[in-house]
Amino acid sequence: MRALMFGWEFPPHILGGLGTASYGLTRGMSLQPDMDIVFVIPKPYGDEDQSFLKITGAGNTPIVWRDPSYETVKNRMGAVMDPQEYFELRNHIYADFSYMHVNDLGCIEFSGRYPDNLLEEINNYSICAGVIARREPFDVIHSHDWLTYPAGIHAKNVSGKPLVIHVHATDFDRSRGQVNPQVYSIEKNGMDHADHIICVSNLTRDTVINKYHQHPDKVTTVHNAVEPVSATVEAIKPIRCGDKVVTFLGRITMQKGPEYFVEAAAKVLAKTKNVRFVMAGSGDMMEAMIQLAAKRGISDRFHFPGFMKGNQVYEMLKSSDVYIMPSVSEPFGISPLEAMQVGVPTIISKQSGCAEILDFAIKTDYWDIDAMADAVYSIISYPAMYEFLRDEGKKEVDEIKWEYAGQKVRDIYNRVCGR
Amino acid sequence: MKTICFYFQIHQPFRLKRYRFFDIGNDHYYYDDFSNESILQGVAERSFLPANKLLLEMIEANKGKLKVSFSISGVALDQLEMHAPEVLDSFRQLAKTDCVEFLAETYAHSLSSLKDAEEFKSQVELHSKRIESLFGKKPKVFRNTELIYSDEIGQMVAEMGYKTIITEGAKHILGWKSPNFVYQSAVNPHVKLLLKNSKLSDDISFRFSNHGWDGYPLTADKFIDWIKSIPENEQLVNLFMNYETFGNMQPRETGIFDFLKALPKFAEQKGITFSTPSEVAAKLKPVEALPVPYPISWADEERDVSAWLGNALQQEAFNKIYSQADRVRKTKNRLLMQDWLYLQTSDHFFYMSTKRSSDGALHQHFSPYESPFEAFTNYMNVVSDFCKRVDAQYPSSVGNEELHSLLTTIENQELTIQKLECEIKQLKSKPVKPKAAPKK
Repeated sequence: MRALMFGWEFPPHILGGLGTASYGLTRGMSLQPDMDIVFVIPKPYGDEDQSFLKITGAGNTPIVWRDPSYETVKNRMGAVMDPQEYFELRNHIYADFSYMHVNDLGCIEFSGRYPDNLLEEINNYSICAGVIARREPFDVIHSHDWLTYPAGIHAKNVSGKPLVIHVHATDFDRSRGQVNPQVYSIEKNGMDHADHIICVSNLTRDTVINKYHQHPDKVTTVHNAVEPVSATVEAIKPIRCGDKVVTFLGRITMQKGPEYFVEAAAKVLAKTKNVRFVMAGSGDMMEAMIQLAAKRGISDRFHFPGFMKGNQVYEMLKSSDVYIMPSVSEPFGISPLEAMQVGVPTIISKQSGCAEILDFAIKTDYWDIDAMADAVYSIISYPAMYEFLRDEGKKEVDEIKWEYAGQKVRDIYNRVCGR
Repeated sequence: MKTICFYFQIHQPFRLKRYRFFDIGNDHYYYDDFSNESILQGVAERSFLPANKLLLEMIEANKGKLKVSFSISGVALDQLEMHAPEVLDSFRQLAKTDCVEFLAETYAHSLSSLKDAEEFKSQVELHSKRIESLFGKKPKVFRNTELIYSDEIGQMVAEMGYKTIITEGAKHILGWKSPNFVYQSAVNPHVKLLLKNSKLSDDISFRFSNHGWDGYPLTADKFIDWIKSIPENEQLVNLFMNYETFGNMQPRETGIFDFLKALPKFAEQKGITFSTPSEVAAKLKPVEALPVPYPISWADEERDVSAWLGNALQQEAFNKIYSQADRVRKTKNRLLMQDWLYLQTSDHFFYMSTKRSSDGALHQHFSPYESPFEAFTNYMNVVSDFCKRVDAQYPSSVGNEELHSLLTTIENQELTIQKLECEIKQLKSKPVKPKAAPKK
């Protein structure tokens, strides 16, 4: 079974949970002996782990015929892919795109991020996908998130192979209901063309069925999982400041419900003093949150260390006594699982997809700041609660493996391929 | 000659209201009056009242041949008195028939037998007095909270003067033995044990309306036939269940009341009688001793105390509340004493269970909380406030012994003052002798 996957992010260059999930899933699937994966991303950097799959860059795929020497290609993209691959791909240019803005190798430049001209990048990505789909032999197409749905549809039209789309989030989650019609139409189009739709939680599945009008039989939930912690992470020592630390970690945007965290913190601080609150991350609501914390008079105990990545994240987590994710709408949310892996008691909103598979985390409504404050207080005040959630939570999350999720995806492949 | 011994448990806890940590120190009322009242009245209306009415009719119709026993927890009595006094009236009527026996238990339906012997004894005494004042009879047979029993508990109960104890016929204790005999305690041969016949009891209380069960539909003659088919030498069938089985757990529509009504008739046809636990204990001799080194109960698949003390949260909460025992017993503050009882009720710990599968579903079904963590947090917040109140009375900086001697001094002081005042009075009331005129 050979799968052609379209994604937007891949570690180590990630901007959100999508990259982590793509990595985990493909790694989990690679444990199946007869599974080959080609993973397309807009812009590979060359330091991606290619030991278990093949990465192809849309930005390294020629769409206009140019005739560079082998040496030139090697110099320019040798770090990312085999130069021979460039020439192979060049043989599959399928239309005249010379009106497009391309570089001297005939490739489109991608930012690989989420720029303002995102819709244009999505379109360009889909053009490149046409070339790749003609070049690579495969049995099934798998598109991760709406950015790559057009590419998936294109590949399906070219090859006639079944299309599976993977819904990591919908625009209803990102916008608290204020849906962008352009995004919605891309999402809906992708779902309509898909042979099967994979959702990361039942919450997302319901949205796909009710808001995108998909037939329930076509929509399956495959919950995300989490990679085991690496030895380097294991070795990180927590930093203790003497006070209890309650941490929020993620983009500070409307979707993540940061204001509820600040309000809950104010409630806890009104009663106890030996606790500090940390809101790590960045986002468009950060300034508003700094102001809100000041307004509540808790700025001396409420900290904004900014965006964190790599091991910083684990350093922060390990130094925390409570992890909290008050998301208003979270399709899945891997970060609570990561916190539980390093033994941090976790509070999540009931509106998070991961709440469906976690028993040993405290769940509250995102708007119920009283309940949230109470849960925080309980964990920092009652040692039995802390220890119980720390130990049982770790046990629980250690059993949530990508391997199992990968097997479920494989079953879906087999079904759509008629095997 | 077989006999059926019916025993019904009646219990309702004082459920706690949503008590946030910022209420600690500010709000000293802990109970969810609305849900307690509505749940109790609902149960009374669906179950207690119609079942009592039916039992009374049956006892009259069978001229004293039908006999049953009840164990009503003190907290349930308190709630019935507050929210459904008519239920107490109907129990008084039943008590007058002399066919009904009331059993002793801990007032608070507590787990004190596992932790605090002094508390356990005082609660049993309190309950016994309450039963006597309500129904005019002093209980003679003991049954512990949720049928919790061990050799140690048996000994404590024996020391209080009870000769018969009701408990679970737990498989891991009985092994190949049958629950249909009277046994005796392994540590005190004078104490008789009546064991629940789990199969037949649960057939009524849990499986009666289960369409998937191969015994469905359960009719009175079928049930009596099953009892009849028990080997001849096994003379006793102990049917112990929650009284809410009738009308609440098995709703009226299932025909549970008609089933109960028809039982005496079919029993008489087959020569099966009914007895109260006291009669059973008087009539039958124990066959052998039954050692129970670790506590058993009638809850969950394990039939042990893991339903209440199975995880770290439950144990922490349990230890926390009992850490206050010595202090609370010294107080004379009635509100504090009342909260102390109500907070010991086993249900609070039952809600904190993190068991899964079918037992977990049962815990969740009874729980007013959405999760065991919420149950723990809420309870601990309440207990924190309670501890603060106890501390306000007797600061924790003062050790127990020091406190005791101080209290004795204060008490003695009062006695001394009283004595002196008496003396003053006496002296004042004595006629003052006129002073002798100085001699010249």
